[in-house]
Amino acid sequence: MKIYSHPKSLRNVSTHYCPGCGHSLAHRLIAEVIDELGIREKVIAVAPVGCAVIAYDYWDFDCSEAAHGRALAVATGLKRVRPQNIVFTYQGDGDLAAIGTNETIHAANRGENVSVFFINNAVYGMTGGQMAPTTLLNQKTSTSPLGRSAAAQGYPLKISEMLALLPGVKYIERVSLHSPQEIMKTRKAIRQAFVNQIEGVGFSLVEVLSPCPTYWGLSARESMAWIKNTMVKEFPLGIIK
Amino acid sequence: MPKITINKDKCKGCLLCISVCPRGLIVVEDELNLRGIKPVKFKPGGKCVGCAMCAVICPDCCIEVYK
Repeated sequence: MKIYSHPKSLRNVSTHYCPGCGHSLAHRLIAEVIDELGIREKVIAVAPVGCAVIAYDYWDFDCSEAAHGRALAVATGLKRVRPQNIVFTYQGDGDLAAIGTNETIHAANRGENVSVFFINNAVYGMTGGQMAPTTLLNQKTSTSPLGRSAAAQGYPLKISEMLALLPGVKYIERVSLHSPQEIMKTRKAIRQAFVNQIEGVGFSLVEVLSPCPTYWGLSARESMAWIKNTMVKEFPLGIIK
Repeated sequence: MPKITINKDKCKGCLLCISVCPRGLIVVEDELNLRGIKPVKFKPGGKCVGCAMCAVICPDCCIEVYK
């Protein structure tokens, strides 16, 4: 008997992601949860700009694309016009926490009943590994070659903690992809975000700490260890709100 | 008896499955796949316990688990 196989909501194609990338893992978890909840015909995804820009080629359900950072503005429109649909955005740290900070904060403050999956890999992947707002102190990137310094570039932006202050936000959890156990917790958090939307609870966000072996300059295995040993200290896991 | 199957042409060789298999039953193949990298394979005759940790961590959905 088959106990683990390819989810139906995920197309059986090879992705363009690098070996060991967390995006393909997160895509699969979302597809699994959608299959499990039986909401494939009702779901509308909003893809970001960033490495996951062609997520709609990998998911086998309705998807829309948004201008850079504006996924939550598009999701707001979709959910208000079609409240019977399940709308979620899938955004990276450059999309949600840099160019799209404005849209993110205002959609959260309005308490839009949508689910947000925020993939935090502490770097801009698509454009060549530049420093992101979420880059850790002393982390080397192509635009902080000596390591990020607080004096020159400021501190890592903790968008989840910031959003938790807003009364419109109902659920925020930070999870990670660094081990099978944490991946199962991530799946549970993704499920919770969808269930909240189905029950009309309100704005839910799941921040996923995700590996980027290519621009961290590490192997896939070392990237998982780096999340566990370093990134989690700056971005503690657990339910924030 | 539990077993896994690996789609070797989708495998990108990140080797995360090898790092989590509690019995060390996944090894690197000697031959290249269509991508030009060495994928992983199930060690012939290995006694899999069907824990599915390899399938859970595989970013590219290459592994199916049977029990």
